[in-house]
Parts: sequence; C-alpha cells; structure tokens
Amino acid sequence: MKKKNKLDFDRTYVWMTIPLVVLFFLFNTFPLIKGFMYSFTNFRGYGTYQSVGLRNYMDLFTDARVGHSYLFTFGVAICVTVLVNVISLILAMGLNSKIKFKSGLRALYFVPNILGALVVGYIFNYFFTYILPAFEKMVFGSGSSILASEKWAWVAIVVVCVWQSVAMQTIIYISGLQTVPEDIYEAGAIDGSTGWTRFKTLTLPLILPFVTINLVLTMKNALMVFDQIMALTKGGPAQSTESISYLIYNNGMSGGQFGFQSANAVLFFIVIVLISVFQLKFMGKKEEQL
Amino acid sequence: MKKKYNWPVTILLILGLVTILFPLYITVVIAFKQPSEMGNTLSSILSLPKSWSFSNFAQAMKVTDFWHTLLNSILITGVTVILSVLLHSMAGYAIGRMKKRHKWFNRAYFYIVSGMFVPFAILMMPLVKETADLHIANIVGVIICYLVFFMPINVMLYSGYLTNIPEALEEAAKVDGGSTWSTYWTIIFPIMKPMHATVAILTALSTWNDVMTPLVIMSGSGANTLPLAQLTFQTQFGTNYNLAFASYLLALLPMLIFYIFAQKQILNGVVNGAVK
Repeated sequence: MKKKNKLDFDRTYVWMTIPLVVLFFLFNTFPLIKGFMYSFTNFRGYGTYQSVGLRNYMDLFTDARVGHSYLFTFGVAICVTVLVNVISLILAMGLNSKIKFKSGLRALYFVPNILGALVVGYIFNYFFTYILPAFEKMVFGSGSSILASEKWAWVAIVVVCVWQSVAMQTIIYISGLQTVPEDIYEAGAIDGSTGWTRFKTLTLPLILPFVTINLVLTMKNALMVFDQIMALTKGGPAQSTESISYLIYNNGMSGGQFGFQSANAVLFFIVIVLISVFQLKFMGKKEEQL
Repeated sequence: MKKKYNWPVTILLILGLVTILFPLYITVVIAFKQPSEMGNTLSSILSLPKSWSFSNFAQAMKVTDFWHTLLNSILITGVTVILSVLLHSMAGYAIGRMKKRHKWFNRAYFYIVSGMFVPFAILMMPLVKETADLHIANIVGVIICYLVFFMPINVMLYSGYLTNIPEALEEAAKVDGGSTWSTYWTIIFPIMKPMHATVAILTALSTWNDVMTPLVIMSGSGANTLPLAQLTFQTQFGTNYNLAFASYLLALLPMLIFYIFAQKQILNGVVNGAVK
C-alpha cells in the first residue's frame, strides 16, 4: 500500500490536460502570435517581406475603408443587439405564457437557428432583390432592391441577422423566465403591480443575468458578421456594407494586404476584448445593486 | 389545476410564424418551378409550381457533387463531435477536479477559456499558412481547428457540470482499486451523459453550418462542405434561381430532418449550454 501525500496527486490528470493545452497553443495561441508578428510587416501573403514597424497601425487610422468598416460593423451590431433582445424578450414572454401548442410553437420559432447563415442569406437575397421590389411595384407603382442601394443595403443585413439570432436568444430568455417563481407575481399583484410596472419591477430585475448573457452573446456574434454579408452584398454596393471580418478576409486573403489586415485583426481583437470586459463589468455591477 | 389558455397570445404567436415559414415557403416553391414559370410579378413568383418536378434537384445535385459534399459535411461534423466529447470531456474533468487544488490547472483553465475572446479574423490568415506548411490544408486541418475553437466553451461546460457530481463516487471506485483513468471512463464519463448531449448538439450545429473555416483552410483542396458548395455554386451558376434554390433546399434539408427527429434534445441541449 502506498502512502498518499496530500500535495501529491495523480499524474493522470496532467496527461488528460496536456494534449489539449498543446493543441490549443499550436492552433490558437501560436497563430495569434504569428498574426501579431505579421502585423508589423508588409507581407502580401506570398513572396518576401520586411518589417515596417508601426506603419500598418498608423495607416489603419487614416484608411477610410477601414474606418468605414468599423462604423458599419458597430452600427449593425448595435441595431441587431437592440432589436434581437427586444423581440426575443417579447417572444419569450409570449411562449412562456399559458398558450396552446406551446412546445410546437417553441420548436418552430427555433428553426432559424439551425439553418446555415449563408444559405439563409441567399434566400433573403432573392427576397430583397425580386420579391420585395415586386411587392413595392404592386403597391406604389415602382420598386427597387435595397441591396443595390448604398444607403439602405445595411438594413437587409440587419434583418437577416435579427431573423436568425432571435431564435437562440428567445430560448435563453424562456429559460430565464422559468426561473422566476409564480408566487412573486402573486405577491406583486397584491401590491397592485400589473402590466408594464410588473415587467419593470419584477420580471426584468429577476432575469437580469440572462439579459447580460444575451447582450454579450448577440453583440459578439453581430460584431463578427460575415456569412450574411457574403451572401447578401459581398460588401457592396460601393463597399458600403463591408464588415471588419469581411474586409480582413477579402483584402487579407486575396487583396495582397496580409500584413496590413493582420494589423486590422489585432485592433479588432483588442476592441472585442475591451467590449466584452466592459459589458461584463458594467452589467455585473448592475446585478449586484439589486 | 386550471387549464385556461391565453388565446390572444396564442393567435398572435401563430400569426408571427409567417416570418419563419415565408422564407421556407419561397425556397420550396422556387426550387420546384421551371425558369419559364418565373415572372416579375408577385403572384408568379409566389404561386405554387404547375407541376412538381424533381429535375432541378437532380441537376443541382450533379452540379454541387451533392453526395460527396454531404459526405464531407457528415465526416467533418461527426469526427469533430466525437473527438470533442472524448477529448474535451477528459480535459474538462481533469481541470474541473484539480483547478481548486493546483495552480497549474487553474491557469490551464483560464488559458483555455480566454480563447473565447479571440476572433476568427485574427487567426484566419496565420492558420492558412500554418495548415499549408503542415500539409493539413484539408479536412484534417478543419477538424483540428474546430477542436481548438470549441475547446473554451466545451471545457467550461464540462468542468461546470462536474460541480454537480460528488467526488465521493470516484473515491469509492479508487478504494476498490481503480486507477484515475479507468475510474474516469467507467464512472464519470457515463454520468456526464447530459453534458455530452449538450456539447454534441452545440458543436454539431456550429460545425455543420460554418462557412469561414472550411473556406479559408480547404479552398483549393477540392473538398467542399454543404454550405461551401452553395458559395461556389452561387458564383458559377448564380443566374438560374430555380436550380440555386433546389440546391439551397438540399443544403437545408439534412439539418431540418435532424431537427424534426431530435427537436426535444436539441432545445434541451441548447438551454443546458446557454444557462450554465
């Protein structure tokens, strides 16, 4: 019989972890470092390259196309986050009330989430290019595709993103609403809180952790929007719908801007981390106050 | 027990389904029509096809090499899911059990979980180079990438789930002479079944529908996944909408069929994963 020292532990645990840590390093941390290094070069993706110091980073802030992609991405992300959370919260309250066909309705409302964003984007592409203009023509006498409009193409992107992410967020809100005990509402009813006040003073504070999760998730997903753009506009018309991810992909992979777009990716990474930390901190504080 | 349904809400929710079903309706209708049946007016676009013919599907399957592409999608998703459940659960277990006792495991936990903040955009370009240099710019490379991308969330889910499993179970097995390794596979792994289901579903959904990873890593290897095939299809044959929609429908169908059969597990799995 071996005597066990308290500090001693079974090496098996180490062997269960090490292969994955190594794999994670090789395909996550290592490329991250590599990308950081490329961001200081004028690498085009092929051939030779030299270090250019901080020039890529300086250029980022003066490049109009990059600036526009940040504005566009943030605009879309904010619209999507607000719309998705409002719609899915309303939908979740409906699906959580005493309705008939409850499980069937819940199952159907989840369908958009299981469909691939690219294919959904193509279907909506047709809707915006042919069906919506045909409808306008019938009602107003003339109609054109919003996908061809520099001013309105972003609306189509928002619509498709919202259509898809509402499904997931609704399910999360439903499970949040189920954690609210019924007797709290009964107690609230005695105090005379109904309708909007009931929602504001009872429901919302009690599901705030779920609001936090949903805000962080939708914001993060919307900031990385890619498939929808690929399917709907390919960044056009006139580069008006280029998201950050799309710009990095498009110009980095085939536009000969490997080094420059690496710098853009590093900046994007920093921005994502800052936003996530800020959201979690800010929302965490609000939760504590309750 | 009162059984009074809220009918106004029920009716509103049923009406709201139009937003979900309309795009699916367009897809089916256009996929079955012939180009000659498509007009510019609303009614000609939205009407049912005169005869339901499968010719579009047959042609779309040929153009996209459907069976081969489907097989690739199934292979990538299947292997990713199996390896995620086996490997991520193992690491999640070791980290979950040891992170309070040893600094090293705690660090490993934060190291892996912090990977959630790394956007694909920054890894994309170096990964293309790396997989090409390692000669895995193919299905193997894509699977490895997925294993790494889903590691943060899956390890977090598994080690979180472990807090519900009393340690006494393993200790009892160890007293009976089992090693940590055998105890894990005979006692803990089967107990974690609900979490396996959640991890498998979340991983499968994201893998099956993902475009970007196979796009940047496999482009040029000649292997396609279902969503990727739609992308190349669109650039080459984008003008024949009936053919395109037949192809879209074919790409959506496997997931829809799967959802119809496993709907309850999928919804439960998603809730499980999201709330943890």
